[in-house]
Amino acid sequence: MWYMCVFFHRLLDYRKPEVEALAQLFGAFADDNNGDSHSVQWKLPDNFHPDNPFHFVNIPSEDIARDIAKRSILVKGMYEIWGEGTSYEQLEEAVNAYPEERKLPYLTSENTFKINIDSFGKTFTTQEQKELLKRLAFIPFKGRVNLRNPDHNFWFIEIDKYEANNGLPPIVEKRIFFGREVGAADRKLLPTYQLKSRVYIGPTAMDAEMAFLMANQGLAAPGKLVYDPFVGTGSVLVAAAHFGALTMGADIDIRVVRDGRGPDRNVWSNFKQYGLQEPISLLRADNNLPPWRAGLKEVFDAIICDPPYGVRAGGRKSGGRKLLKGVVGPYTVPDDKREGHIPSTAAYSLVECVHDLLDLAAKMLVMGGRLVYFYPVLREEDSPDPTFPEHPCFKLVAVSEQILSFRYSRVLLTMVKVATYTEEIAESARVMHLDFKANHLKWLEEGNLHSAVFAPNKEGENVDLRFSKDSKPKYRGKYV
Amino acid sequence: MRLLTHNMLSSNIKGVTNGFPLKIEAEKVVEKEVDMNTDFLKNIFSKIEWKPFVEAAKTLGFSELPEDADSSLLDSHEFLTKFHHALLEIHLEEGALVCPETERKFPVSKGIPNMLLHEDEV
Repeated sequence: MWYMCVFFHRLLDYRKPEVEALAQLFGAFADDNNGDSHSVQWKLPDNFHPDNPFHFVNIPSEDIARDIAKRSILVKGMYEIWGEGTSYEQLEEAVNAYPEERKLPYLTSENTFKINIDSFGKTFTTQEQKELLKRLAFIPFKGRVNLRNPDHNFWFIEIDKYEANNGLPPIVEKRIFFGREVGAADRKLLPTYQLKSRVYIGPTAMDAEMAFLMANQGLAAPGKLVYDPFVGTGSVLVAAAHFGALTMGADIDIRVVRDGRGPDRNVWSNFKQYGLQEPISLLRADNNLPPWRAGLKEVFDAIICDPPYGVRAGGRKSGGRKLLKGVVGPYTVPDDKREGHIPSTAAYSLVECVHDLLDLAAKMLVMGGRLVYFYPVLREEDSPDPTFPEHPCFKLVAVSEQILSFRYSRVLLTMVKVATYTEEIAESARVMHLDFKANHLKWLEEGNLHSAVFAPNKEGENVDLRFSKDSKPKYRGKYV
Repeated sequence: MRLLTHNMLSSNIKGVTNGFPLKIEAEKVVEKEVDMNTDFLKNIFSKIEWKPFVEAAKTLGFSELPEDADSSLLDSHEFLTKFHHALLEIHLEEGALVCPETERKFPVSKGIPNMLLHEDEV
């Protein structure tokens, strides 16, 4: 059945993938389970711009639509539309023509109700709202009004033309909708989890909204095991644990993962703070040389992470710098100093990091399991559309860009495991990776991304690049 | 460190061919309650190396697990309760994991195993 899905006007690229992931999680595609050939049907209201917050989505049942809306971060609500039109007269006609059996159960005297008025790109005065409510008198409501806790919420939504250049997508003509709310978002989630009230955070802690979006892409749920190989202060796993998943995390920096900032300000305390199940395991380990036993495979349901890409924090791996650069001969730790020895680490370029991550995920994810991670992209005027790392075990199902500055963005990639890991596959993945590295990854080599992002403007270059350089239209939602 | 983690880890020192299972030296063991999820237990059961798991549980003072187990036991609530307890609720807070080949100790402190290798071990 088609529902109207109204989004918050934020993170435009993340909206549909989130609904699609949740549709999968709540069983909208019951037939097969390998994440393949699943797509949700979308359509736009007549003459609507794709960036606007109003979309129609085909969901098999009202229960699934409600579950999606409740858990989603970017869906404001899902509505069963009773009628729409370009004028009030058309709306009335359409609502009257909508099948009685779909309307009457919600209009009986036993049901309490509330009518909400919403608009996009315009506001209504209280007086105008009263007028609008009077216009809806043609609908035979028999129940009583309850503004605090109604059995059924109805929405009157008007989208009208507005002044150009207000940062919103263009509207061609006025459109009015009336419908019944099927499900609405839980807005308490983000204030509860906002980073500024979290006890232990680091410079690269993932903001709560994005962490929840990542957990949703990873289909975190009770009974599932979610792993973050770059756990840091645990901000991604907090979101996964909120949705009931068991969590595991590793980090190469022992100060971050073990010590934190004292006994009650560490990764564990971040979970206690919200009353969440603490991680099943935290360990100090190197993603380049993971300590998993031979033969261990298919244990994680999702791997969700924000790899270090060397802009705000650089990656490290085992092996001293001197050793790698061949400055001195192989370093041996003297026997009397082995206990308590602090091994030096070497820089870990993103290109190597992504390869290790894909290999780990191919081996350690269950079939149908999801790898969700951020990948940086330089935004250059003449650069072609970015290509993303591939792996024969994975199918890329979602790509969502978040613009961080006019120079670079990060892209949240969601990959579903569709093939079993074998030695042959590992080898072909390595070849694929080398090819990819040779062709696309220049900026991912050590330090390149950092210097590109932080390089001073060239002389004579227009300082206000954001407006002059970018020819594509940008809306408010694209920047937040 | 829970025994689930112990069952997944091995010593990955260069040249070590059989780094699993790591021996456990326990100094402080605590119990932390975890909500039981039978679906999770049923899924993870087939991934567990059972004998090392039973041994590790004994080292930490829990000896109620059967020596052998197959998936038919997963219908028994009593078994699941014990499996859950041993897998997720017993927690090595302080101690070490010891490589079975080289005797190299990987310290566990504040519940977190330090699996990072020295420069000459990679």
